[in-house]
Amino acid sequence: MISYHQITLKVNGETEVVNVPANMTLLVMLREEMGLTGVKNGCAAGECGACTVLMNGEPVNSCMVLAAECDGAEVITVEGLSHNGQLIKLQEMLIAKGGVQCGFCTPGMLISAFALLKRNPDPSENEIREALVGNLCRCTGYVRIIDAVKASVEK
Amino acid sequence: MLYRRQARRYNTYKRKKTMLNPHPGLPEFTYVKLASLDEACGFLVEHAGEARLISGGTDLLVRMRDKAFKPAYVVDIKGLEGTDVLAFDPSSGLKIGAAVPMNRVVAHPDVQKHYPLLAQAAKSVASYQLRNRATIVGNICNASPAGDTLGACLLLGGRLNIYGKDGERFEDLVTFFKGPGKTSLQPGEIVTSINFPLPEKGATGTYLKLGRNKLSDLAIVGVTVYGFPDKMTESGFRIKVALASVAATPLMPPVVETVLSENEITEDTIQEAANASMDACFPIDDVRGSARYRKEMVRNLTRNAITEVWGQLQSRTENGLEANR
Repeated sequence: MISYHQITLKVNGETEVVNVPANMTLLVMLREEMGLTGVKNGCAAGECGACTVLMNGEPVNSCMVLAAECDGAEVITVEGLSHNGQLIKLQEMLIAKGGVQCGFCTPGMLISAFALLKRNPDPSENEIREALVGNLCRCTGYVRIIDAVKASVEK
Repeated sequence: MLYRRQARRYNTYKRKKTMLNPHPGLPEFTYVKLASLDEACGFLVEHAGEARLISGGTDLLVRMRDKAFKPAYVVDIKGLEGTDVLAFDPSSGLKIGAAVPMNRVVAHPDVQKHYPLLAQAAKSVASYQLRNRATIVGNICNASPAGDTLGACLLLGGRLNIYGKDGERFEDLVTFFKGPGKTSLQPGEIVTSINFPLPEKGATGTYLKLGRNKLSDLAIVGVTVYGFPDKMTESGFRIKVALASVAATPLMPPVVETVLSENEITEDTIQEAANASMDACFPIDDVRGSARYRKEMVRNLTRNAITEVWGQLQSRTENGLEANR
């Protein structure tokens, strides 16, 4: 038997009320109920980090969170990072340094890096690597992504 | 012609899409969030065998997706009284609630100061975003022999606070594990927190883990070593070892402790202790590594870990002596 839950949460600054089945993850809710397809479904097992979103200010794997658990939470996806089409410096640097290739890991990378810079505005290279350990990228070899995070701090 | 080829391609695509479903959704269940421990405990007794507790869900949801667990009810313990506590008391020690994510434990200044071993072990679990959900008590209750924090919790003298229908009880972690995924929990019982006594004076420790990559993987072998000065022993130190991923439960071979406390600690004794810990474990062959490889790695990692801890202990006693002069 499946249960349904009415939850109220804030997504990218807007309050939403949704009715979700118990077995719906936050990832599926964001993608399929709200159309926020910037959140990617990679491994669905908490390994790849493509589905990373900010929940109450901290990055989490949204495939590992039940939507029903998010009642009252504040969620920010990659769509919520930019304002009025104006990219944040981190995003601009990621483009400038060639850290985006196929782009599948990019939303998760951005959220993880954004959260890192929020808790540590001047990270060392090792700290950047440690923070991005849960985000797999098969294209760039990571070096350009790490360069981009460093560059977004420098200027 | 072109149209036909396109149509064929589309049909193959459609067929493949139905054939390959890499992400089956979660099976159906009822999500239950209750107001108090009493209610949760009553619910678990009533639905024994078909309800599972969720805290961080980082293990439960994966297993449910793989159809290893098929609970009819998933009971959320977040928000129940006492599960959100993370407090250090200089007279009684540390208390970590069942719903406290690992990142909160790692970042806590008192944990870093008094229980660095626990912080190190928790930090070795998966990735930052996973540790925002994963909990130490969840790691313990899953009772996976590969659990990264189990060794540190065992060696630091962890004691579980368990709430059941007859009220609260305490159980030492040493007797808690019964096998892979099996614990001494009775139906209806909920672990609400884990408590640690104050660490021994001058204690130090380390956790060495062998994974497929340097960070973030499950342990093929994990070795936790914890040591402190102890005047009652021949060597003047007591050094304990806990091994992960090499038996059905986390292992604490007492023979290693005996070797290191009854003989003067030299390179040879450390090697002897490492050999003893290799002989004490009985790993299995699995997808992550063969039993033979694991045994040899246990020996090497134990030697490295003891050497590291021994070095720290020595430099501390020297510094301590200088301070006394």
